[in-house]
Amino acid sequence: MTQFVQNLVDGLGLGGTYALLALGISLIFGVMHLVNFAHGELITVGAYTGYFCSKELGGSWWWMPIAIIGACVAASVLTERIAFRWVRNANPFTMLLTSFALERLSHALWQIFVSPKAQAFPKVSWAFDTLTFGSVRIEKMDLVTIAVTAFALVATGLVFKRTLFGIAVRGAAEDFDAARLMGVKANRVILGAFAYAGLLAGVAAVLILMRTPSAKPDMGSSWLLAAVIAAVIGGMGSFPGAVVGGVVLGMLETFFQSYLPEGTLSYLNDAFVFGVIALVFIVRPQGLFDVAHAERV
Amino acid sequence: MLELQDVTTRYGAVTALDRVSLRVAEGELVALVGPNGAGKTTLLNTVAGLLRPASGSITFRGGSIAGTEPATLVRRGLALVPEHRRIFKDLTVEENLKLAGATVGARTRKVRVHEVAANFGVLQHKWRVSAGYLSGGEAQQLAVARALMSDPKLLLLDEPTLGLAPTLVDTIFELLVRLRAEGRTVLVVEQNAHRALAIADRGYVLRSGRLVAEGTGRDLADDPHLFESFLGGGIT
Repeated sequence: MTQFVQNLVDGLGLGGTYALLALGISLIFGVMHLVNFAHGELITVGAYTGYFCSKELGGSWWWMPIAIIGACVAASVLTERIAFRWVRNANPFTMLLTSFALERLSHALWQIFVSPKAQAFPKVSWAFDTLTFGSVRIEKMDLVTIAVTAFALVATGLVFKRTLFGIAVRGAAEDFDAARLMGVKANRVILGAFAYAGLLAGVAAVLILMRTPSAKPDMGSSWLLAAVIAAVIGGMGSFPGAVVGGVVLGMLETFFQSYLPEGTLSYLNDAFVFGVIALVFIVRPQGLFDVAHAERV
Repeated sequence: MLELQDVTTRYGAVTALDRVSLRVAEGELVALVGPNGAGKTTLLNTVAGLLRPASGSITFRGGSIAGTEPATLVRRGLALVPEHRRIFKDLTVEENLKLAGATVGARTRKVRVHEVAANFGVLQHKWRVSAGYLSGGEAQQLAVARALMSDPKLLLLDEPTLGLAPTLVDTIFELLVRLRAEGRTVLVVEQNAHRALAIADRGYVLRSGRLVAEGTGRDLADDPHLFESFLGGGIT
């Protein structure tokens, strides 16, 4: 039981982080029909921002989150302006290749201009302090992660439901041309979607870095993979689906990690996780949530 | 209000509109009719900015608008109710209207949502319902209501009665007449050619991308030859 509760907390924390990233992937897919393989690089940008703030500015975790989130938003917006805007009306394959190119470019630039080695910086001093509830011991960072993620997701829900920007993004995701006919400016809604995806990735980056404050050129790729899988599990283009997909993936990883016996099988953790995901797609190839309009461009 | 001069629109190598010239004067209700595949939708989409003409000029309220972004045209007073309505099925009725008020400030938007809702009573009962659950008639009214959110001077409608039950078709034709009475200029593409021409001030007949006839709505509606040769007969 104790083990179960601890796994649940870990799974929610990891899953929440995946959800933030998957939501960004889904958001951009919604407005542009692009699976943005450069999205994970925002985590890398956040990590190097943290590293430079620590090293050059004697950064404190009191203000670094703002710098990290700011850098992620700026980087996301920049990729739209300098890269994706120019291939927006090209065929989907061109857009996909552009996002791959950005990912590789990011890896190369950090390698050349910083170092291929991981650069560590100080962690939050209380991150691994534990709180005890009966027989369950939970790290403070886990609770912070869950609370921040929950807050970010609820806030995002309100933004999508209540603000004109949110309604415009949902409308544009369903039928972009119809949204243009209603007066929604294509450039603005797409730039806004990239900025919002950057914001969510920034929050995820802060949560990841508070736990493991280290920057490495290719660190974004594994997060990207998880986020894309989560978005696909949920049904690409469905915003609630991305959140559910993220949590499901986080839970699967955590529970397999915990319950697979030590030794050979625990090395096969990913194999088990992907095995389950493969089963999901055999039963529901469209993902957990239906997106009726996903085929229409 | 609107003038097209020798407008040609192509999809790749296919010419969908071939040197079409037409005009719509302020306050007029103009019907554009023709068989399937004649280029009617292409014409409206070209005017509304979804398609860029290969050649020719389009003038709206004195300014050239060929190839202008739809979002800009809406702000200048030109709105299109597109083919198949294309309401946002995942959004509620209220959200559909709010989004269509993207062109105006928040305060004006609020006032206008209520004005439009009052004019389309049927929508008020479905305010928080996802538009995907509306019936065909309700969906069409929402599509028109949505276009009115920007308070357009010129309203383009593409097959507004498509797939509707006969009584609802009546409602839509009454709505068109009412829009003209409110002082809006209307260009409507219709499959019910005869009825559309009967209420229209003037009409144009399009066939295989070319204009083949024009005249007052009455004259065209009463011309049996026209219906035989261009509209394939049988269409009423």
